[in-house]
Amino acid sequence: MSPQYTRTAIVLHWLTALLILSTIPLAMYMTDLKLSPLKLQLYSYHKWIGVTVLLLVVARLAWRISHKPPALQANLPLWQQRAAHGVHHLLYLLMICIPVSGWLMSSAKGVPVVYLGLLQLPDLVEKDKALGKVLETTHELLSYTLMLLLALHLAAVIKHHFIDRDDTLSRMLPLLKRKAL
Amino acid sequence: MNIAKFLGLAALLTCATTQAIEFSDVQLAKSSMIFGYKQMNVPLDGSFAKFNITARFDPAKPSTALAKIDIDLSSIDTGNSDADEEVLGKLWFDTQQFPQAHFVASSIKALGGDRYQAVGKLTIKGKTLDVTAPFTVKQQGNTATFDGALTLNRLDYAIGTGLWADLGTVANEVSITFHFVASSK
Repeated sequence: MSPQYTRTAIVLHWLTALLILSTIPLAMYMTDLKLSPLKLQLYSYHKWIGVTVLLLVVARLAWRISHKPPALQANLPLWQQRAAHGVHHLLYLLMICIPVSGWLMSSAKGVPVVYLGLLQLPDLVEKDKALGKVLETTHELLSYTLMLLLALHLAAVIKHHFIDRDDTLSRMLPLLKRKAL
Repeated sequence: MNIAKFLGLAALLTCATTQAIEFSDVQLAKSSMIFGYKQMNVPLDGSFAKFNITARFDPAKPSTALAKIDIDLSSIDTGNSDADEEVLGKLWFDTQQFPQAHFVASSIKALGGDRYQAVGKLTIKGKTLDVTAPFTVKQQGNTATFDGALTLNRLDYAIGTGLWADLGTVANEVSITFHFVASSK
């Protein structure tokens, strides 16, 4: 049996990875910009990407629940198994909480989210400046937490691929599958 | 005189006095001036906190009505402090040179029922254009509320020029919705 994620899981994983890794630097750049049409455009794109991530994560969760992921490396110490599961769960949690906190922030600031400039999402809360500020901080802190977890996620990948030289990464990136010697 | 007749007469008299009433004491604290626009196709609104209204309006004789509105543009609330600051600049309202917007009604006519229409001159940023604003008047005792709206194109007044002239980001159409409360003196 091939220890590999399903094609759907792989596509969804890399698509969310691409979107998250583009929207984080985008967020850091746009927030420091002086008010301009470009800034307003980038904010919209950031929100569209966030909503897309949210949709993808819902799809990923549905897929994950209905399709058992490949087993971890057989000889993996218990603490590493637990850490891997813990980080994965937290990543899912944050991939939901971060876009939702952004959506909440937008509503509180009185700026509805119009997905792709076409579909207006309902406001989750009433316009409330103070709440908007709190949600802004929440959105930011959650994003920093995500970055930290992504660093751990990546560190584990590097360790498995380059130090342990096992198949952890190729389960999600079949391209890198090691040839049996 | 039976009660029904008395009430009928009373109603008639009330009606007659109502029609002669002239509303000229504008209650600014109860009045509001809201604007709406689209940014990246997102509907947004804001308001002006400071404006002054000189008006005289008799629902029975709208043609004799007067209305003059002066809006302090720096009292704008867009909901975003950066934007509040930005719109005072040269590219937008240029409040240093043009601190106020003005509306003066040239004619007001009845459209039937509680509906009326004001035609007048709206001056913003040194440009004066004719505008038409339909509105309704609801009377309650010696107080009347005036609710109406009009739409203008911001670029007609050179509001948001230069890098902001791109209508894909901030749309041209701006709606202005007003709610005025006035009593008879």
